[in-house]
Amino acid sequence: MNKKNLVVIGNGMAGARVVEEILKRTPEMFQITMFGAEPYGNYNRILLSNVLNGTDKATDIFMNPLSWYEEKGIKLHAGVKVIKIDREKKTVIGVPLTRNDCPYSSSNPSPANRQTVVEPYDDVIIATGSRPFVPPIEGFGGPGTFLFRTLDDCARIADYAANCQKAVVIGGGLLGLEAARGLLTHGVLVTVIEAAPHLMPVQLDDEGGRLLKSTMEAMGITVYCQQIVKGIEKKNGKISHLVFHDGTTLPTDMVVVSTGIRPIVEIANEAGLAVGRGIMTNDQMRTNDENIFAVGECVEHRGQLYGLVEPIWEQARTLADVITGMNPQAAYTGSKMATKLKVMGVELVSMGEKDPAGEKDEVVTYREPNRGVYQKLIIRGDRLVGTILLGQVQAYDHLLQVLKDGNSVSPDRTELLFGQQESKSLTDVLQMPDGLQICNCNGVTKGEIRKAIRKENCTSVLKVGLCTKAGQGCGSCKNVIFQLIRAYADDLSSDPKEHYYVPGVPLEKSRLIAAIKAKNLKSVSTVFQELAGGKEDAVSKVGLASLLRSTWNEEYKDERDARFINDRVHANIQRDGTFSVVPRIYGGVTSADELIRIGTVAKKYNVPMVKITGGQRIDLLGVKKEDLPHIWRDLGIPSGHAYTKAVRTVKSCVGTDFCRYGLGDSIRLAQEIERAFQGIESPHKIKMAAAGCPRNCSEAYVKDVGVVAIEGGKWEIYIGGAAGGTVRKGDLLATVETHEEVLKLVGRFIQYYREHAKYMERTYGFAERIGIDRLKAILIEDEMGICKRLDQEIQKAASTYVDPWKKEAELPAYPHQFEGPELVQVLQEAVNNG
Amino acid sequence: MDKKTINLGFIEKIPLGQGFCFIVEKDEIAVFRPRSGGLYAIQNRCPHRRGPLAEGVCDAQTVICPYHGHKFCLQTGKGSEAGEEVRVFPAREEEGEILVDIGT
Repeated sequence: MNKKNLVVIGNGMAGARVVEEILKRTPEMFQITMFGAEPYGNYNRILLSNVLNGTDKATDIFMNPLSWYEEKGIKLHAGVKVIKIDREKKTVIGVPLTRNDCPYSSSNPSPANRQTVVEPYDDVIIATGSRPFVPPIEGFGGPGTFLFRTLDDCARIADYAANCQKAVVIGGGLLGLEAARGLLTHGVLVTVIEAAPHLMPVQLDDEGGRLLKSTMEAMGITVYCQQIVKGIEKKNGKISHLVFHDGTTLPTDMVVVSTGIRPIVEIANEAGLAVGRGIMTNDQMRTNDENIFAVGECVEHRGQLYGLVEPIWEQARTLADVITGMNPQAAYTGSKMATKLKVMGVELVSMGEKDPAGEKDEVVTYREPNRGVYQKLIIRGDRLVGTILLGQVQAYDHLLQVLKDGNSVSPDRTELLFGQQESKSLTDVLQMPDGLQICNCNGVTKGEIRKAIRKENCTSVLKVGLCTKAGQGCGSCKNVIFQLIRAYADDLSSDPKEHYYVPGVPLEKSRLIAAIKAKNLKSVSTVFQELAGGKEDAVSKVGLASLLRSTWNEEYKDERDARFINDRVHANIQRDGTFSVVPRIYGGVTSADELIRIGTVAKKYNVPMVKITGGQRIDLLGVKKEDLPHIWRDLGIPSGHAYTKAVRTVKSCVGTDFCRYGLGDSIRLAQEIERAFQGIESPHKIKMAAAGCPRNCSEAYVKDVGVVAIEGGKWEIYIGGAAGGTVRKGDLLATVETHEEVLKLVGRFIQYYREHAKYMERTYGFAERIGIDRLKAILIEDEMGICKRLDQEIQKAASTYVDPWKKEAELPAYPHQFEGPELVQVLQEAVNNG
Repeated sequence: MDKKTINLGFIEKIPLGQGFCFIVEKDEIAVFRPRSGGLYAIQNRCPHRRGPLAEGVCDAQTVICPYHGHKFCLQTGKGSEAGEEVRVFPAREEEGEILVDIGT
């Protein structure tokens, strides 16, 4: 196949990211050429502030060194600025820059006496980013005046500051404050000048801005607001002072201007592409030329410009889906903005709107002046539309999720700010001793995690886990790991892999399911062939097997190698290599005959231990693999699925048959639920219970799904309960009158969970992530109009359920399925190769 | 001990994409047959808690121990955890049969 020529203009964060995303999807489709005006590989521009404040060296922030381009077969023109896209000839023309040329200048160096570079293209991606905006200031541009955009800018500022006493930063926005904090580390007195009435006018309201000013001043930075600089005065060739519009002056030795950014659009303009404030694209990131895409800060999408990394990563993923044909309908629909100030000693997050839009908006504020804490929520029609958190930001992750999901919020607004008591504040995690064990499953200490973050550059929970195994057991420490990353990593890069359903296929769950359906992929191996460039990945196999089985039911093409050993032989592997067998005992009720049969089988196969489980069943432990099919046949009882991520058991209490208190027939209902949904595969195990009254003897309040009988002949349905590594009381989903209604809603919830939970996400995490109000709206009020479909889907899964024990006791799924190690007789003479 | 080449029988004994354990003299050897081709043999027991690696999920490079998820490279025996490594036995397929070199 002939490779198509793809030219990427811009080698910054957006350009490099989109190339990475494309290579992940199809390493072979394009011959890629990249132009970068800066003479480097690709570096993390977010960390420039850290380079300036000395926490990172310039070399620390490179993401892809020059060798990466070679390895990937990318032709990189570093230090070459594109001056024209010739849409007639389908070529891109660039000229090399010298050290003295500014890479983001709006005028091009004349191509005279420079060797131009011409590259042909089939497709172009424009990722030119933006340039600093400079307000009219007389005398700006000479020695001692700087902009703050590139690594070279950083180096020049630091060099110059070494011989200065005083520095002024013009611009009190995010980047200006980070520059000011960075300058402080170079031993100069720093003053910040802001034209607006308060700092960070884009992200903060009056009060937040005022509080931030006092926080900055406490650090030793002087702040003047509502001041506009007219000019810079020099004495003896050196900067001496600034002159303001009101005639006042301020002595200084150097000036850094950081007053915002503007998209770089000259080549798009010149090529006749549609340009507004930025280069206009549609939801597929295409410009008005079908072969020219754009991504990143240079883009105007639905009237919005984005200068933050997360939306740009999202744009890059969409663009890669479209351009590679992985999903031509992929759409970027815009992002909610969340800004985090990365200034040491200041905790500040702003997302969404900063002020109410009208009378109807509800504004919730919390103030603690002594600690410099200010928190504000803006709620519109029961949806969170904006948040400011200053001085204490532990609610950030939760609120960001709430804002992004757009779900309705609890009427008790304190829950939004203070309901997440489990998360620890940064001060707490900073104060933890290094020797404290954070991950109790794998015994990983805070010190080991900190080292992984600092030394190995693990800036996501997933990376920390791969590096240290922390968080890879039960997962209940993930929140603390996240807090540690926030405390110790300077860049909380969202690792796109965090959002992938499995690490080896670069798609989130919904996109993955869409691609699987579109391409009709029914086996794990075809998913790797079609969606992962043919590269099989052991870590991803079991998750894909689970998803495919849930997606296709009986049409799923089973490949047993993609399944964990438990699912290969339908039994749970034990620490000595033997297996456990747990027959299904519906609702915890057995019979004398069944017990006798279980006992007889246990004796016949010398089962070392017969144990009553916590789920009201009987566990035969220490069974050899070879005996499994024989035991199943002799038992004649279906599998209890105690070894897999599926519907397991439904516990019951004594209900109404004998109990003095029973209000509802919990035994019969438990059996009905268990028979209806037995063995249905899901993202994680589902444990259920039915209780005949609120005394809750079967612990229904702390199950993935629990039903509780209450006075008046009704049943309450609880979801998302847990009593394992995490303990959580379930949320009340609904109260209904009949067993039929219970079965319907339980099935509906299970199906929604199957479709939307991440792999290995238990219902307690899922219910919290989606929120009970949202779940009620979807599953009870049918807000999305999907209830009927969910009911049909779960019915389909239930009706195609086959007991794996019965099936494979008669006929193994593959030869040697139940064979143990083979003893090899070495008969032949030794072959001496000495 | 001299190097010996042992014939372990038909390749079909190992289900495609899986491993299978053979006990040769005193060695438990896990032989893997990745879907993408090739044949790899390593010691069966995980150095961490003696998990049977032959029961692990694998791809063309890596096997994951079923006990605690430690990973090992099928080609070099190098483990994902510090200081963990497994023995590697040269293995190949000839005329549909599995040949593995044991000894040193």
